[in-house]
Amino acid sequence: MKLNQLSVFLENRPGRLGAPLEAIAAEGINILTLSLADTAQFGILRLIVRDPERAHRALEAAGLVVNQTEVVAVDVADRPGGLAEALRVLEGAGINIEYMYAFSLRRGDKAILIFRFEDPDRAIAVLQQAGLQIVDGEELFAQVP
Amino acid sequence: MWPELWNDAAGGFHPASAPDFLPEPHLREVQLRRLKAVVSRAYEHVPLFRSRLQERGLTPASIQGLGDIAHLPFTVKTDLRDTYPFGLFASPMADVVRLHASSGTTGKPIVVAYTREDVAVWSEVMTRTFAACGLHRGDVVQNAFGYGLFTGGLGAHYGAEALGATVIPISGGNSDRQIMVMRDFGVTAVCATPSYFTHLIERAMELGVDLRELPLRVGVFGAEPWSDAMRRRIEADAGIRGFDIYGLSEIIGPGVASECPAQDGLHVFEDHFYPEIIDPQTGTPLPDGSEGELVLTTLSKRAMPMIRYRTRDITSLAAEPCACGRTIRRIRRIGRRSDDMLIIRGVNVYPSQVEAALLEVEGTLPHYQIILTREQGLDQMTVEVEVTAEVFSDKVRALEAVRARLAHAIEHIVGIRVELRLVEPRTIERSQGKARRVIDRRTL
Repeated sequence: MKLNQLSVFLENRPGRLGAPLEAIAAEGINILTLSLADTAQFGILRLIVRDPERAHRALEAAGLVVNQTEVVAVDVADRPGGLAEALRVLEGAGINIEYMYAFSLRRGDKAILIFRFEDPDRAIAVLQQAGLQIVDGEELFAQVP
Repeated sequence: MWPELWNDAAGGFHPASAPDFLPEPHLREVQLRRLKAVVSRAYEHVPLFRSRLQERGLTPASIQGLGDIAHLPFTVKTDLRDTYPFGLFASPMADVVRLHASSGTTGKPIVVAYTREDVAVWSEVMTRTFAACGLHRGDVVQNAFGYGLFTGGLGAHYGAEALGATVIPISGGNSDRQIMVMRDFGVTAVCATPSYFTHLIERAMELGVDLRELPLRVGVFGAEPWSDAMRRRIEADAGIRGFDIYGLSEIIGPGVASECPAQDGLHVFEDHFYPEIIDPQTGTPLPDGSEGELVLTTLSKRAMPMIRYRTRDITSLAAEPCACGRTIRRIRRIGRRSDDMLIIRGVNVYPSQVEAALLEVEGTLPHYQIILTREQGLDQMTVEVEVTAEVFSDKVRALEAVRARLAHAIEHIVGIRVELRLVEPRTIERSQGKARRVIDRRTL
């Protein structure tokens, strides 16, 4: 149900994004999606890859600080108000979203969003109860060539 | 009769420790007698010292009381370099039984010499050190101080043997073997630098050896400054009591001062090493209790007497009686050196203060660097800290909080505003495994 997301610490200066991406490319690992959060001072690169353990090792071998966290991929109707509906469900249950970003793939008329929750299991239960579809890793990776 | 009294496992009184408990008037009498003798000896045999005394119109007879020491000139580290290798020796080589040298980080090393009597004094003060740390006959001491030109290894070795303990002269390095020996030989005490012992704790954990389950009960740590936070960590992780010892090659090596069971300052073996605290800027002696630079005079050294040697270590002297009953005075644990001091916007800042703050927040010391710049006439202090996996988070908010905590901890200790920058691992330059701690880019 949950996906393992890799996060990499980056200094906020030109060229720093290259190191992690090259380390992963050298291992022949495809990045399914990524998001970059940044402050004036530093950035956090978040990655979803098919083989997080191998990518984790490659990133650490390249001298980067990496951690893994569980995130949840949710199918959201790709129409105006689609995301708002999903958020209402979470809000109604008092679930905090740490951050979220869109997955680069779509499934039919659905968009996939990646959520980072403090309590992913409870969030999954709440979303499923409200009829929202959670996308698991296998399903997600099956769509990638 | 005696052995039964002092060799018991409860750690009874060791006769070598007797001078630690001398009544004060008696101690001062011994010190004055020895001071007069050492000044005469240096005057007679060390040309540099004689000429400095003559310049001031002084002779050995000018020493009438202990207070007169303040008239004597200081000796500094460069004096040892300038007279390299043997210029400050007061004994002919025929009487010298040992030479040690410190690896100078720049240029020539400094060379120190010992007569047979000096080696005996050294053994005595190290015996007193170990006794103060609660060791006795029957203890198995793994001596991981480096053997060789460095004074640590042999200094601790002679002292532990004289105490009657079993010494394992393993020296430094080869951590896996250190841990094997610690486990298989029933080691009860380890001598090491605190940073090396911290490394051994980590390595033991990786090897699945829990040091807390071994007979190990005492760590004797020296040769580098370490914080109380580090001590608490070492004590908890290894299940031992960790004692701080102090010494320097120029004076004798380890054995100048040691903690006691009270762990509240280090007792200076002042019947052999006379301590003073001076203002590092003016050289004026300061009263007990004030903080300043530690100056030491060797009262009984023969091969190489050191008169008023400036250690560059910042501490204070405590004259109040210690809970352990020793009458010899204590120095506060040394965390910093006067030559490390940075003056930033008129405030004195020591890298060790920054270190203590980082250690407090992170638990272990991250790699860091202090960068000083001057913008529009105002000094700026930036501390770069390498992010470790322990503090890294995928959440911006959490990482910002770490940054703020580190900055506040430093600001709280040093008292000036700090720009704290988190940087990627291994981006701070290391020279020979040691990081350069301070980069001063101020153009003055």
